[in-house]
Amino acid sequence: MKILSINFLSCAIKACKSSSDSFPLHAKDAELVQDEIELNPDMIINVLPRLDWAALRTTSSELGFPQLPEQPPTPFELKADETLLKDLHHLLLETQISEGKLVCGNCGHEYAIKEGIANFLLPSHLV
Amino acid sequence: MHFLIRFAQVHETFRLAEIEALAIVQGVDLKVLNYSLDSPFCIVQLPSVDAAKRLIQRSILAQSIHELWGTGKTLDEVHEAVKQETPHLWAQYKMSSFKFAVEPYRGTRSSTKRVELINSFRFLGFDGPIKMSNPDETFSIFEQWPHNSVPLGIPDPTEIHLGRYLASSSRDLILKLDLKKRGYISTTSMDSELALVTANIALAAPGKLFYDPFVGTGSFPVACAQFGALAWGSDIDGRSMRGEGGKKSLQGNFEQYGLGACLGDVFSADLTHTPMRKRRWWDGIVSDPPYGVREGLRVLGCKDPEKTPWLIEAGRTKGNDPDYVPPKKPYSFLAMLDDILVFASETLVDDGRLSFWTPTANDEDLEIPVPTHPCLEIVAICIQPFNKWSRRLITYRRIPDARVSPSALEEYATRKTLETNGTTADELNPFRRGYFKKFKAEE
Ligand SMILES: C[S@@+](CC[C@H](N)C(=O)[O-])C[C@H]1O[C@@H](n2cnc3c(N)ncnc32)[C@H](O)[C@@H]1O
Repeated sequence: MKILSINFLSCAIKACKSSSDSFPLHAKDAELVQDEIELNPDMIINVLPRLDWAALRTTSSELGFPQLPEQPPTPFELKADETLLKDLHHLLLETQISEGKLVCGNCGHEYAIKEGIANFLLPSHLV
Repeated sequence: MHFLIRFAQVHETFRLAEIEALAIVQGVDLKVLNYSLDSPFCIVQLPSVDAAKRLIQRSILAQSIHELWGTGKTLDEVHEAVKQETPHLWAQYKMSSFKFAVEPYRGTRSSTKRVELINSFRFLGFDGPIKMSNPDETFSIFEQWPHNSVPLGIPDPTEIHLGRYLASSSRDLILKLDLKKRGYISTTSMDSELALVTANIALAAPGKLFYDPFVGTGSFPVACAQFGALAWGSDIDGRSMRGEGGKKSLQGNFEQYGLGACLGDVFSADLTHTPMRKRRWWDGIVSDPPYGVREGLRVLGCKDPEKTPWLIEAGRTKGNDPDYVPPKKPYSFLAMLDDILVFASETLVDDGRLSFWTPTANDEDLEIPVPTHPCLEIVAICIQPFNKWSRRLITYRRIPDARVSPSALEEYATRKTLETNGTTADELNPFRRGYFKKFKAEE
């Protein structure tokens, strides 16, 4: 599962949706793998305004990446800054959690990731 | 400038929707001047030759585009039109190598007649060499003939065009993504032609984010990725995406086509209990939801919690086991359609598109209405007819909030919620009911 995906996923339990603790999910026992993917600057620039920057900072520091700046760059700044483009591309698209768990900060439910595929299906008492 | 689009005579009701979508993708100002479901020839107005080439480049249902030199009901009329409109162009091609082609649609022309037709354009004064393969220029005489003209012995076509060939489409992608040669498919994989058309109509393009919430073996994400989009998918059945692993998996399909870089992620999820946040995230959502005919339409939950308390208990105790499969219950097809629209209205960016397939009966009494939502404007309804039922591709555009009618929103919020608590698949799914009771019996 890519770090970009973690930025749009929260706990699947309806009662958790309204709690700010249900997002972002916290990675646990995460095994990271890196894929080499060709940089597409337009893609990163297109995604930038949709990101929840604060959540991305949390995820990236939890996974041991260097601290992201407090404020997101503007699309204009990003276009001009190749290092930042490459760093974001590496973090968002090239980095994947292959095995591990995503944990809800509100209810503690754990979603398993196996071979890069996360499982958000809920047992009956949680639906 | 006027151009002739030469369409394939298949999936007729999808053709304009696709070309109009491609005009948006390419930022080309397109005006359709003459189009009929009955003909492969469509006359359009475009700003330039370059715009024409860009418009056609990604098309699946068009074959080629031609600069239109003249149109008429008779050959004489075409000659007149060409002499009126194009003399300023003739000099440019005077020394080019060239060939002429004759394309009678629904008619036939003997080889003597073809030569005669071609020679009738001698007045163009082309002095270059005639080359049958790879000439600099190809001029085509397109003829529209009436239905059944051969058995009825009709002597003449009803309309004739002369066009100069400019560019071909991407119809060859149908073969590249052919299911017969794909490593991993299932009975509900979407054929490559219609999956590619769907991706085009939904405006898939480089740098855009696409999602299929009923992804199965991944036919739609593959098609979106082929056009450069980054594509995600999810399914309530994790095995449908994993397959047997390696080449026989959804990811294997992406790798088979060299599209690995355009696979976002896939994950297991039920659309009615989605982990997606309500955030305007997707440029496009494309999908073929379960009709509940061959594959069950199911959602998470216990069908009869009182009768089977142990199922609930097992969820509590074994819910975290890696092999635990949670119980599922039948769900209403119409409610699912409703859920898809609500989900799309919450997660599509402005002007983002939702394109999904639904079945309907051809019999009016059993017809499934087109679902609506105040935030989603219907862009196109394309129909693939079968004997007793049809599949429709319905496409919507997310309109910006400022343009959504507040009273329509209010009315929508208080709408009658659909019955989702029936117990049998038939009770919950009028299409399934019709399919088994009516179409099957009559077949
Ligand atoms: C018609 S198939 C789609 C096939 C897909 N287009 C492909 O290329 O393989 C419908 C899919 O929806 C899935 N499905 C059924 N109920 C679902 C639900 N509640 N949420 C998510 N997916 C569901 C089924 O497992 C099935 O894979």
